[in-house]
Amino acid sequence: MAVTDFRRQFAPRPPRQRSIPRGVYAIAVALLVWFVAWRMFNGVWTLPLQSAEVTPLHLWLNEVNAWVRDNRDSNVLFVLVFDSIRIGVGAVAALFAQLFVQTDVGLQLPEIGWLGVVALVTWVAAAVGNYRVAILTAVGFTAFGVLGVFTEAMWTFALTLTAVLFSVAIGLPLGIWAGVNKRVNGILTPILDFMQTLPSFVYLAPLALLFLIGPASAVIATIIYAVPPIIRLTAHGIRSVPATIAEAADSLGVSKRQRLMTVLLPLARNSMVVGLNQTVMAALAMVTIAALIAGPGLGQLVVQALQSLNVGRAFVAGFAIVVMAIVLDRVTTAASRRAELSARHSTPLRRRRRIIALGAGLLVVAAAVYLSRSVLAAARFPAEAAVGEALGARINDVSAGFQNTFSVFTASLKDGFTIRVINPFQGLLTATPFLVVMLVILVIAVTVGGIRAAVISTICLLLIIAVGLWEDAMITLASTLIATVITMALALAVGVIMGRSDRVDRWLRPGLDAAQTMPAFVYLVPFLGLFGPSRFTAIVAAIIYAAPVAIKIIAEGIAHVSAEAVEAAQSTGASPWQTISKVQIPLAASSITLAANQGLIYVLSMVVVGGLVGGGALGYAVVAGFSQNALFGKGLAAGVAIVLLGIMLDRITQAAVARRRRIVPVTRRVRDVTAPLPVTH
Amino acid sequence: MARTPLRRRYIAGVASVAAILLLATGCSSSLNTAAPAASGSAAKPCGTVNVAMNDWTGYTADAAVFSYVAEKKLGCTVKQSSINEQVAWQGFANGTVDVIIENWGHDDLAKTYIADQKVAVDAGPTGNVGQIGWYLPPWLAAAHPELLDWNNLNKYASQFATSESGAQGQLLDGDPSFVTNDAALVANLKLNFKVIYSGSETALIQAFRTAEKNKTWLIGYFYEPQWFISEVALKKVKLPAYTAGCDTDAAKVACDYPDYTLNKVMSAKLDKSGSPAAALVKKFNWTNDDQNLVAKYIATDKMSPEAAAQKWVDANATKVDAWLK
Amino acid sequence: MSATTLTPTASATSDTAVDFAVRNLWKVFGADAQRIASDPSFTGHSAAEILEETGCVTAVRDISFDVAHGEVFVVMGLSGSGKSTLVRCLTRLIEPTSGQVMLEGQDIMKLGAKELREVRRRRVSMVFQHFGLLPFRNVLDNIAFGLEIRGIGTAARYERAREVIDLVGLHGYEERFPDQLSGGMQQRVGLARALASDPDVLLFDEPFSALDPLIRRDMQAEVIRLHRDMGKTMVFITHDLSEALKLGDRILIMRNGELVQIGTGDELVGAPADDYVADFVSDVDRTQVLTLRWVVAPVPEGLPTDGPGLPATTVIVDAIPTVLGSTVPVRVFDGDTLIGVVDRDAILREIMGVKPAAVRHGGASRAGARAGRVG
Repeated sequence: MAVTDFRRQFAPRPPRQRSIPRGVYAIAVALLVWFVAWRMFNGVWTLPLQSAEVTPLHLWLNEVNAWVRDNRDSNVLFVLVFDSIRIGVGAVAALFAQLFVQTDVGLQLPEIGWLGVVALVTWVAAAVGNYRVAILTAVGFTAFGVLGVFTEAMWTFALTLTAVLFSVAIGLPLGIWAGVNKRVNGILTPILDFMQTLPSFVYLAPLALLFLIGPASAVIATIIYAVPPIIRLTAHGIRSVPATIAEAADSLGVSKRQRLMTVLLPLARNSMVVGLNQTVMAALAMVTIAALIAGPGLGQLVVQALQSLNVGRAFVAGFAIVVMAIVLDRVTTAASRRAELSARHSTPLRRRRRIIALGAGLLVVAAAVYLSRSVLAAARFPAEAAVGEALGARINDVSAGFQNTFSVFTASLKDGFTIRVINPFQGLLTATPFLVVMLVILVIAVTVGGIRAAVISTICLLLIIAVGLWEDAMITLASTLIATVITMALALAVGVIMGRSDRVDRWLRPGLDAAQTMPAFVYLVPFLGLFGPSRFTAIVAAIIYAAPVAIKIIAEGIAHVSAEAVEAAQSTGASPWQTISKVQIPLAASSITLAANQGLIYVLSMVVVGGLVGGGALGYAVVAGFSQNALFGKGLAAGVAIVLLGIMLDRITQAAVARRRRIVPVTRRVRDVTAPLPVTH
Repeated sequence: MARTPLRRRYIAGVASVAAILLLATGCSSSLNTAAPAASGSAAKPCGTVNVAMNDWTGYTADAAVFSYVAEKKLGCTVKQSSINEQVAWQGFANGTVDVIIENWGHDDLAKTYIADQKVAVDAGPTGNVGQIGWYLPPWLAAAHPELLDWNNLNKYASQFATSESGAQGQLLDGDPSFVTNDAALVANLKLNFKVIYSGSETALIQAFRTAEKNKTWLIGYFYEPQWFISEVALKKVKLPAYTAGCDTDAAKVACDYPDYTLNKVMSAKLDKSGSPAAALVKKFNWTNDDQNLVAKYIATDKMSPEAAAQKWVDANATKVDAWLK
Repeated sequence: MSATTLTPTASATSDTAVDFAVRNLWKVFGADAQRIASDPSFTGHSAAEILEETGCVTAVRDISFDVAHGEVFVVMGLSGSGKSTLVRCLTRLIEPTSGQVMLEGQDIMKLGAKELREVRRRRVSMVFQHFGLLPFRNVLDNIAFGLEIRGIGTAARYERAREVIDLVGLHGYEERFPDQLSGGMQQRVGLARALASDPDVLLFDEPFSALDPLIRRDMQAEVIRLHRDMGKTMVFITHDLSEALKLGDRILIMRNGELVQIGTGDELVGAPADDYVADFVSDVDRTQVLTLRWVVAPVPEGLPTDGPGLPATTVIVDAIPTVLGSTVPVRVFDGDTLIGVVDRDAILREIMGVKPAAVRHGGASRAGARAGRVG
């Protein structure tokens, strides 16, 4: 790469900036052609496929699935490979489960009781982090008991832990390899993209087929989803070691191994810890979803509560998930800070004091464990102290009241928006001949992202046609784009305010964290009550999920606009609004484009959830494929189509981000790779 | 090297945690082992029964009552695992599932696992009859009884229109796990309706609940037994009668759905084991009303499945005794 | 200032040991690198033309020079002239495209990875513009790093590191971390790290350009002192002419990857090879750099032989008292040979900066510089 970078640095820059960029004309013409074609050829060449219809490709996929099913237990290779993986993963999961959740014998209490669990995790939080996160951990884990979901929460915790353990074991070596080897990185990146954007509904059933239902396959599904961040960020950390430092080490004659161990890994550690943090969060999200293949834990509570439309119970379980997410996030973050600081500021005295404190803590843990094994109240969380049921009932009342009050108003809102916005836009995409739509998308891709983005878009669109789901893909694309536009409008408004005020930031952030980690299933029921099953409901769910990320990125971008530029504007007498619109937003442009990119990907990851509440199209096809044998192939194809849409939108916006960055020099690297990753459902 | 003490400290830390845990767990006898194995008495050895938990509430009701009886009366250890139907059938082959307590048809799966692989056996009907069809909220059925005949649907098509269906009437389909011929049916009966896929049972129920409460027009795909029927008594629309073979070609379907005799399926392993649980599976039998009642306890009254099962078992001792004979 | 006597020629004299001998070195970045370096048809083209034709960047272009043992050899050029690439080619931190690099008679280009590491570990150390310190190691561990990777035990390497720490004036800073130090102190750590392995040759890549002027002066003095005390061969990259003149026994001037001139400071100032060099040196205080050799006039008829005399290597500014104090032109000797005289007018001309055109474009000197490109 050094070679091309060098060349680029020396290559003459073509002059840019005319009064109106050529691209604007191109897009305008393309849009005009599109509109005319829509009016003229309405409904011609639109490649439709009915919900229950399948293509030969889908049928062939069904046959593959059936073949696997029939040969799962007879094929030696299958049995050998899959069973050994399953047994290995299952053994680790069982170990944690026995420690934290329940043993198989007697009263089925966890080996170290609830008090022992709380004491132990608190001690670990103190050891790797600091006393603040230790207190948070103690409160959080006790809260699981108070909410009446201790056993389920511990299942979730045990499975998350197992999945993280394996993800690290797999991800670190791969990440290091990708970090030092460009080609490996090139091969891994698209695979990781695929793993992260393929809706889990698509592979949950086949996984259950291969690895049987239960904790082991839940963990394996989780690993698939959780391993990419740690690979990516390890590789990223190694690649971003400053060239000057690596070169200095080379000049001293380090061997490859020494270079890795003494220079690259220590310098990449921060990035690796961020990767670990994201892997933990992704694992937690996925363990919840793995409830669908009998992964035990909080996810099961949510899913069961939904069957009976019990919003309250779902919310209590969802809240427990949020609490666990916050605890895990804060502890891993504190651990990374601590690792960084301890080398610096530790003196022998401080070190000794800390060791004594931790040693004393360990004795407390031992006492708690002993107590848990001899007193029932310390072993099983006392049911009398649990308020989960009562809380759930209250929430049910509130939810019902809320729906009663607003449903008339919301219904008309939904109708108006659907008829004025969704239907025309969707019509434009679905009722125009597909060649015209492709052409328009290509013109936009070239203009916004460049040739490379356009080529990738073409390939993606052709593949979507190949898997037979053009019309569904266009419906999904329409909803996705609408949701993204609203998300961005919301994110701009809130993000700017947040970026300008630390206080607002502090107030809003926990809410944003919660909106991001609360499983979408939890708030779908009230929404269904308000809007009914419709594309609008799906769009609203997607916005709720995607907006926090976009808001955070924009807030960060605004907050990091150089203070000098803002001061300069104010010194010339700019009003707050002028400062925002003429200084802060233009300077945060690359963050805003990045937010659009992440917003799109997050919205897209909610397509399947949208399918559960009337979003239809690809999301529904995936859900149906998960449930019906006959539609398996179509579901898989729909999942792939979602991935293809994701890759197309991602590459176009990424290219736009890269371009922006070249135009507007940002003083600070935007956290492109470190941005939190979406949860696919 | 400056980092050596740090590393040494980690090792020491991990070692001491492990030591303390071992000490604490090893030296004190756990409540687990101190406690009796299970309450209740069991004359015959029962062992562990793995019950697949499909995700609709009616199923939960069946499974809760079955599990309650098996645990309390037979001393079995019941393990429930929530999975969807397809995955549950796979479980027979690899021994992770012993019982599916309510099965709707699934001829293809039955062929694979009962006839071909012989890992499962049909354990007889549950006594419930499954009816799939098109349903109306009760207020609408009362206000426009003529709608209960499909011939009159077209007249009111525009009343059923929504933002999703445009000018046509909306026929709301739901749970993706249910096979539906509705698109073909609408076309073949020449109805001015459009099938909209709500995507989940939850969405469907919520839609019916809202329609009943707000007195809005709605027609949708539904089925019984279903707990929701006991909360809102949906009325079934009469479609052209089902005759054997009228649904063979899915594209040409123009008749109602058949009634399903719901049955139980259990693993061949359990069947051969001679466990009292196997006998219970075969004898388990009750009515749609029974199931709807327990399901209502769970769904509407927000009782836990165990509590709901206990309440029903206590009130229906004679039925339960018959299963245990 | 210099440990060796220098001849005003481009290459080191044959009787002095040569540490680095570089011949026809090319470094081209890009797909066609090999072709451009080996194809003589490109020799006549400028770097810009090659870039235009092939898309390749020629960073170092057919450069040859020798570095004598104990010499301070400075490579000077503006940014982008290829000087940093050149110095990296010496230990193959950047792999040269073609050419030869000999270190004490050993062909660096032919070394395997392991032997090359040995060279870097023991014989040639480098100091970098941006220090290249490991931020997570304290000063002591940074300095001991090179020894650590050689597998030297903790006690031994700390002992050696402490010696070097005293040498560069970092005493008391052992436990600090790089980001707790000023730039100057950080560069002392970089210098100490390079010295710790006791190499034969030290390479400096613009080590002081990131520092404040005052600190830079201190550091330059430090290097001069170290060179005086230890006598190590040094290759020093800089874009700062005054630094080059201050430190360099000989100076190589590069432009667009090409060698423009090699010579001692007074050769560059006295006989610039072309307008580029002339322009470069135009601001230099000539009296500080030029020796009497450059201002001698022919011996006039009947000059008394008992007047004052000075060696030709005397810098003008040092000659001023003698010349001004003498009523007759001062005789200038190269060894025992009388090569001419210097009078008050000549000295005043130099102080005022009036340069006779003939000197500026001295054809003979220019030929001498070209001769430096040993074939």
